[in-house]
Amino acid sequence: MTGRALYLDGVSVVFDGFRALNNLSLIVEPGELRAVIGPNGAGKTTMMDVITGKTRPTAGTVRFGDTDLTRLDEPSIATLGIGRKFQKPTVFDQLTVFENLELALKAPRGPIACVKWHLSGEARDRIAQVTEEVGLLARAHDPAGILSHGQRQWLEIGMLLAQDPELLLVDEPVAGMTDAETEHTAAMLVGIAGTRSVVVVEHDLEFVRALGRRVTVLHEGSVLSEGSIDHVQNDPRVIEVYLGR
Amino acid sequence: MSVALSAPPPSRLRLGLRAGLGVAVLLLAALPTLNALPADHALHVSDFIVSVTGKWICYAILALSLDLAWGYAGILSLGHGAFFALGGYAMGMHLMRLIGPRGAYGHPVLPDFMVFLGYTDLPWFWQGFQYFPYAMLMVLLVPGALALVVGFLAFRSRITGVYLSILTQAMTYALMLAFFRNDMGFGGNNGFTDFKELLGMPLGTPAARAMLFYASLVALVGSFLICAALTRTKYGRVLTAIRDAESRARFLGYDTTQHKLFAFVLSAMLAGLAGALYVPQVGIINPGEFSPGNSIEAVIWVAVGGRGTLAGAVLGAFSVNALKTWLTSAAPDLWLFVLGGLFVAVTLFLPRGLIGLFDRLRRRRAS
Repeated sequence: MTGRALYLDGVSVVFDGFRALNNLSLIVEPGELRAVIGPNGAGKTTMMDVITGKTRPTAGTVRFGDTDLTRLDEPSIATLGIGRKFQKPTVFDQLTVFENLELALKAPRGPIACVKWHLSGEARDRIAQVTEEVGLLARAHDPAGILSHGQRQWLEIGMLLAQDPELLLVDEPVAGMTDAETEHTAAMLVGIAGTRSVVVVEHDLEFVRALGRRVTVLHEGSVLSEGSIDHVQNDPRVIEVYLGR
Repeated sequence: MSVALSAPPPSRLRLGLRAGLGVAVLLLAALPTLNALPADHALHVSDFIVSVTGKWICYAILALSLDLAWGYAGILSLGHGAFFALGGYAMGMHLMRLIGPRGAYGHPVLPDFMVFLGYTDLPWFWQGFQYFPYAMLMVLLVPGALALVVGFLAFRSRITGVYLSILTQAMTYALMLAFFRNDMGFGGNNGFTDFKELLGMPLGTPAARAMLFYASLVALVGSFLICAALTRTKYGRVLTAIRDAESRARFLGYDTTQHKLFAFVLSAMLAGLAGALYVPQVGIINPGEFSPGNSIEAVIWVAVGGRGTLAGAVLGAFSVNALKTWLTSAAPDLWLFVLGGLFVAVTLFLPRGLIGLFDRLRRRRAS
């Protein structure tokens, strides 16, 4: 595996005196699938915001391989190979599933390049492949606006795949999904990891258990515990602040 | 693994729309010919109809440019009239230089208002405007440059929605106040008028009217085709994506500032072209063209026709202006109430404008 690792070292984010992140340190190895859990307000989404350039950290280092992410804006970080799936699925409702994936597909992003863009057979095949991977082949030419909640989540995961990132940040992918959809999603994410790194933020412990990988527990903006799901579930500090309630 | 994806079925509405547009363009193109028929001929069209339609064509180009910015990129500009007026002023400067010694004061170079205000030399920014190609370049570059600067500052600072609209409104208002000043060198509140000729053609004659009419019609068809081609590319879909979820587009790696700027500058240039075609047809340009009300009216044309459809913008410009021309002579006091009411009614009942209405009627008939 030749990918880049993600390093967060001593990262703090302060909003009006409130410490959303407090000296947070975390390393995600290339190809790793990492679950991040924690109670509301633990700083999970803020951590994603810092990595993707939406929020500038007040202090600390954020690096992806050798690149300092704190100096870049969202589009540059995305082009670098970090994709993000939001908690609330955001797809482009007016565009079809196919067009959504076409926009996500790895290609030059400037206005002129987009005007000149011609959908090659290769690109079409790649889009078709992703469409099938996320189980939306039958809906390819439907506007994304009419998809069900679960299908929208999958489309967003498909857009991440089409972007071909090295690192995927996935925020609560199974919120509001049925059990069958949850299972399908877990299998999808496990399949994605290995060739790329994946960080999944999730509330649903059953889902995290189904992923079966290393878990990081956040609390009040820093790492409380890290290890296997059994390890963190038996950690007395974790039980006290999160699981025991 | 390879999976075949079939192409989506073509839309029948689109085909019908295209046929309708073709017929409309042919009908418009016939107007100057019908105008040349003897006055007692059954098909004769009056001078008034030709000149007023020529103006509407320019408005339709302005509506088209606004639809590109608003309907596709989601930039609700309430100052597009400024780009229209700047294009008009650039054309006006050319027409003023062409008057030459035929002005009331008979000065070989200086326009009348400069002689009146005591100028001895032509200001530097008036140089070159005697040449038609240079003036045409300025018609596009001046509005484009303003859009580039304003757009860059606004989009980079992530000013969107109502704040952006207010900003563009302030821009046109500020320009209006600036152009009212005599020492700006643009004729103050009188602006430019008394034009004599364009490209060696005396203005105000039927031949000149027909030429300007055809030039405007060609510009409208050309602008429409450019916008239609552009919005059908992936760039058009990127604009739609930015309009509906800008932050998502950013996380996909699109520099939305660049994309919006590209659309905004192109849109401003089209608006400038519309203004340049408008001025020789109406024979005057003054700072009133910058008034915020003009820009808002253009927004209403697009809303009435149906934004984000291009054809809707053109349809809206023609229908609202036809209504305006009729109503301002039939019941002048009512016009502003009707205009306001129209906007409210369209917003409430026809969110997709006239195009959306046609679409709905067609579907009802089909089912």
